[in-house]
Amino acid sequence: MNCQRIEKNLIAYLDGKANPSQRREVEAHLAECAACRERAEQFRVLWGVLDELPVISPSPSFDAAVHAHLREPRRAGLWTWLVPSPRVAFAVTALVVFSVWLSSFPPAHSPTVVAAPSSEADFKMIEDLPVLENYDVLANFDALSELPAQPVVRAQPQPQL
Amino acid sequence: MARSDVQLMLDVKAGDDSSFELLLRRYRTPLVHFLCRMVRDPATAEDLAQEVFLRVYRARMQYVPSAKFTTWMFRIATNLALNAKRDGRYRQLEVSIDQTAAPSESDLPALEVADHQPGIESELIARDRAAMIRRAVETLPEKQRAAVLLHKYQEMGYDEIARVLECSESALKSLLFRAYETLRIELAPLIEPERARKPEPKSGEVRTP
Repeated sequence: MNCQRIEKNLIAYLDGKANPSQRREVEAHLAECAACRERAEQFRVLWGVLDELPVISPSPSFDAAVHAHLREPRRAGLWTWLVPSPRVAFAVTALVVFSVWLSSFPPAHSPTVVAAPSSEADFKMIEDLPVLENYDVLANFDALSELPAQPVVRAQPQPQL
Repeated sequence: MARSDVQLMLDVKAGDDSSFELLLRRYRTPLVHFLCRMVRDPATAEDLAQEVFLRVYRARMQYVPSAKFTTWMFRIATNLALNAKRDGRYRQLEVSIDQTAAPSESDLPALEVADHQPGIESELIARDRAAMIRRAVETLPEKQRAAVLLHKYQEMGYDEIARVLECSESALKSLLFRAYETLRIELAPLIEPERARKPEPKSGEVRTP
């Protein structure tokens, strides 16, 4: 048994609670390992030193406080706290149901649909504004020179009788 | 003959409140001591100990003697202590632990400095030693601290402590070893002089903690 393996059984050995095989193993290791022997001896002394820690006693009013707690009504649980009374619970539920029912109807007017073309045209105009305001661009715009000076009157086809 | 804890608890379950009184008297000091070392504050420890008794009483009708009463009770106490610290309700205690504990040794009786009795020096030394031990124990990690408190001061068996801490016996033995190893190093200034005074134990001699 090496020093690491003894770690688990050393406390039980010092307690007198190790089983016979564990006890034999620990004793065999302690016989040949001075460091673990030293540590085991320090543990024994340590337990004596720890006895000097004062015991803390409850205050004289401790029992009375326990009895007072026992007389208190049981504290409400989380769900009881969330639902303070059946009336409030009913009102909240009714409100939620009414809201869901109301939202199931389609809206009477859709202002966004009406405004859409107008908004699109405005946006297009704003997008072309630098070009429209630039005189040089308009003056030398080839596409404009190809337009006829007079509007062409096309012959109307005669209806066949 | 004194009734066992389990018998007392079964009597409480049957409606005998005087049995609860006996359990209260039997375990109020161990519980307060354990909780005080866990949460490092006597007032908080008392609050939590009261809560433990309250929970024990309220759970009396569901009590089944499948395990030792103390296992059940200290499991409640350990969970309450760990939860209280995690909730941060007692965070101020974390700050005070690193400070010098000597001036705030509330668990020691007040020192009559004006008396100039011959024992005053030894009393001062005892106070310093107690403060050093308290600091060493209270600065252990929570689970190691609980293991040491239950092993050393409540003298519980490994199986019982393992159930309280919800770990295996093997894990508990490692936990205890690490805890005592830390304490051995921290309290070396107190251990060495004690060793010098005591005779070397014979081979194979064991001692209960």
